[in-house]
Amino acid sequence: MREDNNRFPQLPWILLGLGIVFLAIGSYIGLFVAPPEMLMGQVQRIMYVHVPTAWNALLAMTFAFVCAVVFLFNSDWKWDARMEAAIEVGVVLAFLLCCQGSIWAKPTWGVWWDWDPRLTTTAVLLFAFLGILALRKFVDDPARRAMWSAVATIIAYADVPIVYYSVRWWNSLHQLQSSPATVSRQFWLPLRMNAFGILFLMTAFIMLRARVGSLRLKQELAPPPQAGEVRG
Amino acid sequence: MIAALRKELLLQWRSKAQLMAIFVFGAAALLLFSFAVGPDAEALRKFSAGFLWLGLLLSSTLTLAESFHAEMENRAMEGLLLLPASARALYYGKAIANWLQLVFLGIALVPVMVVLYDAGTTRIPELILIIALGAAGLSAPGTLYAAMTAQVRSKQTLLPLLLFPLIVPALLASVKATSLIILGDPMNQGKSWLVLLLAFDAIYWSLCGLLFHKVVEE
Repeated sequence: MREDNNRFPQLPWILLGLGIVFLAIGSYIGLFVAPPEMLMGQVQRIMYVHVPTAWNALLAMTFAFVCAVVFLFNSDWKWDARMEAAIEVGVVLAFLLCCQGSIWAKPTWGVWWDWDPRLTTTAVLLFAFLGILALRKFVDDPARRAMWSAVATIIAYADVPIVYYSVRWWNSLHQLQSSPATVSRQFWLPLRMNAFGILFLMTAFIMLRARVGSLRLKQELAPPPQAGEVRG
Repeated sequence: MIAALRKELLLQWRSKAQLMAIFVFGAAALLLFSFAVGPDAEALRKFSAGFLWLGLLLSSTLTLAESFHAEMENRAMEGLLLLPASARALYYGKAIANWLQLVFLGIALVPVMVVLYDAGTTRIPELILIIALGAAGLSAPGTLYAAMTAQVRSKQTLLPLLLFPLIVPALLASVKATSLIILGDPMNQGKSWLVLLLAFDAIYWSLCGLLFHKVVEE
């Protein structure tokens, strides 16, 4: 039997290497080559990791949602492993995002935390997905665990736009998103490099974690050893 | 579905002592919140809506966690699923029963709030409408998660962990709408929060109903 989530055994390692290289070059340009921003000065340089982290965190969560929907329809175990991997990586990225945001907010807004829609939505998302990981830990039966966490992922993901708009009505301070059109080329290059760097790293981690998840599932789902059979 | 609802309501009626205990828990929570703020009448009045909803939210985790208690004994859930009724009917019966219980609890907590925080209002029908919509927002995902967590270890921890992040928009809208009623609404913002609550309820009452059978069926 072929192992699940292991069709390209070399690919994650290549992506990991590529990601590190991209991130190193992008951060070097961002830190030393790109000029400081006019209003915010040196503090703005954290954007070169902050914005790509935000994109990729959302991407990981979206991938988890897609995996959950696919699992509900075909009950294929490899999608369960992929969903677990995507949620874990997404949680790590969302946590990093909150940390970077706080580091940036203190010198810029003068506070560590602000109740702005994107910040609050990230925090809510982080806690919602941490709850799903906790749920996975408490359920021993793999079939139930997979089904329940898929349901919980869909419900939590549906909450994202509602949280975003409700907090937006409630309070707002965060600056509007920039697009490549509003950002000059000198800022644009390191941003793109880092975005791809983190994307490669994230993909590699999800692939590796999904492989671990599949191996664990295989062990859990294996029939118990027959009576008289000697365990190796 | 009517039969499922009848069963739930009958069960709740027969365990009035538990309902009473949960009400006392909510009232005690409201009392404790005022100690956290201090004897500042103005501040207490200002935050009264938030305290009311936090009290209701904390009590709701108790009622929701208990709501699948009967099904877990003697594997009654499997028996229910064998009946010629869809899992969806079971879910809506349970969710409506939980909703009624929460509305009841919320209305019972209002006088406590009025007395403790001096947060009186004459717009009673609107207040009841908001409590009804907010409680609906708590009970729809709450019932679904309770069905999961009732079957696992340490359910008391897991239910709030899953439910609290999810109901942030419902809580936010309910608190805002309630405090606009208590403190006055010069800008007429109350309506937009009601619309948000309605949208939240509509999304989760349909989504959870769609997904419930995946949770209980093997």
